[in-house]
Amino acid sequence: MEVERNVREVSVAEKSRRASECADAAGEPKGTALAPAGKHARAARASGAQAAANPGVLPAAEAPRAAHRAHVDAERHHHHTHAAGSHHPGGHHLLSVEHLSVSFTLYDPAAPFFSAPRVESRVINDLSLSVHAGEILAVVGASGSGKTLLADAILGLYEPNSRVTGTIWFDGARQDAAGLQALRGHGISLVPQSVTNLDPLMRVGRQIVGNARGEERRRRTERMRELMAAYGLPPEIERLYPHELSGGMARRVLLLCALIDQPRLIVADEPTPGLDLDLAVRAVSDLRRFADEGGGVLLITHDIELALRVADRVAVFRDGAVVEETARENFDAPELLEHPFSRALWHAMPEHDFDDAPAC
Amino acid sequence: MAQDNKNNSYGGAREQADARKASRRPARPPRLPWWARELVRFALLMAATSFVTFALVSLSPIDPVQANVGQAAYASMTPERRAEMAAYWGADTPLLERYAAWAAGALTGNLGLSLRFNAPVTEVIAQRAASSLALMATAWVLAGVIGLALGVAAGACRDRLPDRLVRAYCYLISATPTFWLAMVALMVFAVMLGWFPLGFSAPIGAAASSVTLADRAYHLVLPALVLSVTGVANIALHTREKVVDVLQSDYARFARTRGEGTWAVVRRHGLRNLVMPALTLQFASISEIFGGSVLVEQVFSYPGLGQAAVTAGLGGDAPLLVGIALASAALVFAGNLAANVLYGVVDPRVRGGASHAVR
Repeated sequence: MEVERNVREVSVAEKSRRASECADAAGEPKGTALAPAGKHARAARASGAQAAANPGVLPAAEAPRAAHRAHVDAERHHHHTHAAGSHHPGGHHLLSVEHLSVSFTLYDPAAPFFSAPRVESRVINDLSLSVHAGEILAVVGASGSGKTLLADAILGLYEPNSRVTGTIWFDGARQDAAGLQALRGHGISLVPQSVTNLDPLMRVGRQIVGNARGEERRRRTERMRELMAAYGLPPEIERLYPHELSGGMARRVLLLCALIDQPRLIVADEPTPGLDLDLAVRAVSDLRRFADEGGGVLLITHDIELALRVADRVAVFRDGAVVEETARENFDAPELLEHPFSRALWHAMPEHDFDDAPAC
Repeated sequence: MAQDNKNNSYGGAREQADARKASRRPARPPRLPWWARELVRFALLMAATSFVTFALVSLSPIDPVQANVGQAAYASMTPERRAEMAAYWGADTPLLERYAAWAAGALTGNLGLSLRFNAPVTEVIAQRAASSLALMATAWVLAGVIGLALGVAAGACRDRLPDRLVRAYCYLISATPTFWLAMVALMVFAVMLGWFPLGFSAPIGAAASSVTLADRAYHLVLPALVLSVTGVANIALHTREKVVDVLQSDYARFARTRGEGTWAVVRRHGLRNLVMPALTLQFASISEIFGGSVLVEQVFSYPGLGQAAVTAGLGGDAPLLVGIALASAALVFAGNLAANVLYGVVDPRVRGGASHAVR
C-alpha cells in the first residue's frame, strides 16, 4: 500500500475540480454549526486548493503525521466531523483510510475485441474516512458503486489486476498489504452479506469456530457456546448445515463468525439484504451492541434510512469517494450538510420534500 | 465419449438443484420408489443398447461368412456349403426376427453363442472380464488419484508455474490418441528399454498353471499406466476448474477474511466441496476408461473385453458384441448409480432436503 505520489496528486486535483464544479452549480456550501473550521480543516482545504492550482505540490506528509495527534473532539479533522460519542482512545482513530484509490486494468470494452487496448478503470477515487472506537460509521452509496471494494481494500483482499494506492491506519499503526492480511481475524473482521458466505457442506458450529486445533479449538468452541447463548441462538444449530438456517439465524451466525475472533473493528458489508427498514434496524442492533461495548463498526449500506437510524456518523459515498463524512444529527436539516450531493440525498428521502434535488 | 462425460459432470449439479427444488415443492402424486425407477431405467438401457448393437451389426458391410471362413476357403466353397454357413451366421434371417429370437433367449439368461469363439457369450465375457477389470480398475484408481492431486495443485496455484505445467500436460495428453500413446510407450519402455513385456497378460509360452500373480501384475503395469495417463488429463482439468470456482466463491473469500491462507481454505473448504464433482467425474470416467481399454488392449494384445469387442465387431459376431455392449453399459450404469447414491451420503442438501430445519 505504498502511496504513489503522482497518482494521488492527479486524483486530488480531479476531485477538487469536480467539487468546484458542483459548488458552482449549487452555490457555495456554507459552514455548519457542528463544524467549526479548525486547524485541520483549514489545512485540508488549503491543500485541496493548492493541489487544484498547482498539482505538482501537495503536502503529502501532513495527513499521516496528523493521525497520531490528539484531536479536540468537536473539531473538524481528517475531512470529518464528530458525533457526540466519537472519541480517540490512545489519541488516534481506530481505522483511518486516507486517499484510497482502487483501479483495475482491463481491456477496453468499447474497442474491437482483438485490438482492445488495456485501460485503467478507477473505481475508488481518493477516498478518506475514519472510524472511531465505540461508533458505527455508515458508508452510504448506490448499489454497485464499488462500496464492497472498500471493504476488500481494508481487509487486504486484492484482485491480481487491481492497483490500490493510499494509506490505511489501524489503531495508530500504518498498514501495508501484509499488515492488513495479518489483521484479518486478528483485529478486523468482516460480517458479510448473505448465507452464501458459509461453506454449504460444513456444519455451522465448525464454521463459527474456524480454523483452529487442539487447545485453541476447545477454547473457541467454549466461546462460541457463550456467544450463541448471548445472541439467542439455540445450541442445536451447531449441528446444522447453512441451508437449514433461517435468514435471521444465518445473519447471527455470520456475526458470530466475526465476534469469535474478538475483533476491534467490524466491517459489515450490506448485512441486511432484502429486509424492510424495521427488521434491518433490529438486525443491526447486534452491531450497535458491539459498538457500545467499545468496538468500531464500518457499516457499508445502500440504505440511507437505515444508516440514519442506527449509525453515529454517516459517510456519503459517491463516484468512488466520500463526499461528506458527518454526524448523523447533521442530517436533521439540509442546512447542516456541507456537500450539495448530501443535501440532494436528504431531499430525495421519502419523508422530506422529495423534489427538485440539485442535479449534481 | 468426452461429450458423454461432460454431460455427466454437469448432470450432478443439475440433480442437486432439482433435489433442492423438490424439497420446497408441495407434495406431489406418489411416485415409484427410487430403486424401482432405476430398475426401469436399467431395463430400458439394456433393451436399447442390445437393439442398436444388433442393428449396427446387421448394417455393417462385413459379411460374417467371408470374414470368418477366409477369402480362399470362401471362393472354393460349394453354394450349398455357403448357404449352410450363412444360415449358421444368421445372415439370411431378417434383423427383427433375429433380434426377437435373441431377446427371448436373453430374458431367460441365455445370451447366445459366440459364433467366433464357439462358446456361450457369458462364458467368453466372464473369462475376458477378469483380466480386463484388473486393468481398468488399476487405471481407474490411478487416474482418479493422480488427476485429483494435479487438479487441486493447479487450481490452488492458478496461473502460476505448477498450473501452467499441469495444464500443458493435460492439453497435450488430451490431444494425443490413446492407441498412439500406447504404441510409443510400447516402443520406448518395452522395445528400447526392455523394462516391460511386449504384450499379453502372461509370459508367452508359459503354461496357464505356472503363471503367477506377479507375472500378471508385471504384464498389467504398462497398459494400465498408458490408460491412466489419458484419464488423468480429463480429471485434472475438471478438478482444476472446480477448485478455481471454490476459491472464488463467497465462502472461500469469507474464510480468507477470517485469516485462513490459501492452503487452509483448500484443505477446509476446497476438498469438502470437491468430493462430489470428483465422485461424478470418477464414476463418469468409467466409460472413458472402458473406451480407452478397447484401444490399449488391442495395442498390447491384452486378452480382455476390449480386444474381444474388436474381434467380435470385425467378425460380425453379433451375440458376442451385444453381450459386451450390455456388459459395458451395465458397468457405466452402475458407476453413475453409485455416484448418485454417494451424493446422498456426502451432501446434506441432497440427503435430508430442508426437512429437519429449525425455523
